[in-house]
Amino acid sequence: MTNWEQFLFTFFNAKVMAAYLPKIIDGFFLTVWLALLIVLSGLALGLLLAVVRSFRIRPVNWLIVFLVDLFRALPPLVIIVLIYFGLPSVGLAPSGFVSTWLSLTFVLAAFAEEIFWAGILAVPKGQWEAARSTGMGFAQTLGWVVLPQAVRLTIPPLTNRTIAITKGTALGSVVAVAEILSQASAGVSFSSNPSPLTLGAIAYLVLFVPVVAFGRWVETRFAWKR
Amino acid sequence: MDEFVATFFNLEVVRAASPILLQGLWVTVQLIVVAVPLGLLGGVILALLSTIRSRWVRWPLIAWVDFFRAFPPLVLLMFLYAGLPFAGIELGAFGAVAIGFFLNTSSYYGEIFRAGIESIPRGQMEAARSTGLTAVQAMTWVILPQAVRNVLPDLVSNTLEVVKLTSIASVVALPELLYQARQAQSVTYNPSPIVAAAVIYFLLLWPAVRLLSRLEHRAVARR
Repeated sequence: MTNWEQFLFTFFNAKVMAAYLPKIIDGFFLTVWLALLIVLSGLALGLLLAVVRSFRIRPVNWLIVFLVDLFRALPPLVIIVLIYFGLPSVGLAPSGFVSTWLSLTFVLAAFAEEIFWAGILAVPKGQWEAARSTGMGFAQTLGWVVLPQAVRLTIPPLTNRTIAITKGTALGSVVAVAEILSQASAGVSFSSNPSPLTLGAIAYLVLFVPVVAFGRWVETRFAWKR
Repeated sequence: MDEFVATFFNLEVVRAASPILLQGLWVTVQLIVVAVPLGLLGGVILALLSTIRSRWVRWPLIAWVDFFRAFPPLVLLMFLYAGLPFAGIELGAFGAVAIGFFLNTSSYYGEIFRAGIESIPRGQMEAARSTGLTAVQAMTWVILPQAVRNVLPDLVSNTLEVVKLTSIASVVALPELLYQARQAQSVTYNPSPIVAAAVIYFLLLWPAVRLLSRLEHRAVARR
């Protein structure tokens, strides 16, 4: 065998790839599902926290700021490990999937809250005053006047942050979530051939290259409208 | 409540684990000292390459950067650590982490520096060149300093992410802080060492998070 054939046999072994393709596809859909859940719950929780913060109740805001700082400072893998290996000690035993979902939801919510809050602050005070003077209540002003403008401002940074955090689904492999990476790693150890890992890498590229390109597009699309 | 404290904040366990936690912290610091400067250097090189207008440079460069931004760093790390040995290339845990981090973080830093350089008006380069500075001198002394100042929040933010990312080195058994904490947890059957590691990460990174939060608010408010 030439070197090239050896290389193909090792990393692009058709037989091994065919055998593990169904597993990788399972992993692919689990990754997509997990990522969607994280994006939905993380953004919703982040927006909720930002709205609560705009009521400016002191002790509540201190708590929000502390939680946001906490989840921005801790590495996501540390949070996942803490939930997965720590909580069973008090009788709760979340699955790897739930641990990963919760951890990355908290992390995304923390970043999203900061971004939404910055967006809310960026809406000029006059907008508040004008809306209130037309007879709208606080909640109405927030919901119909301030948030729509704030959310527009936050789209580019939020998109990029969301993409970065959804890539963290690969961390779930550490706590036995059967997503792409753990299916691929299992395949490598069963077949003694790294081709499943190549396949897994391709699966990630299929999933995330369009997403990253989309992020690039969003950045330029919204950039000149400031 | 007592049971909760004894489970998650067991000082005796933490005291017993503290030597290996400190060893882990030291390895984490070494990782940061290697990964951050390498990533910054790679990022500056990528950004400088992106100023070349030829499409033969531009397209491969975009492909390279997007490739490594699309790839979850843990997948890249596993490929280097568990895949390459099949081709006879043994990088070892530290080598795999260093190379994986370089490829991943330099792409992110590269995008940030590129945005910074693009934020400086073309006239600055022309003015600098017309005073007799060479292109390299103009880039080094005129463009880059201003570019860095414009994207400082993003640079700090990315560096924070790189520091947090060092925790994935635990997956390839590099004995950094998280790895040591998990070792201690599995020996003592008590999660306090992991809580202790989390507290260490938080204390280490909290000042950066506070600083960042200020810089970001200022940046958004200016728009």
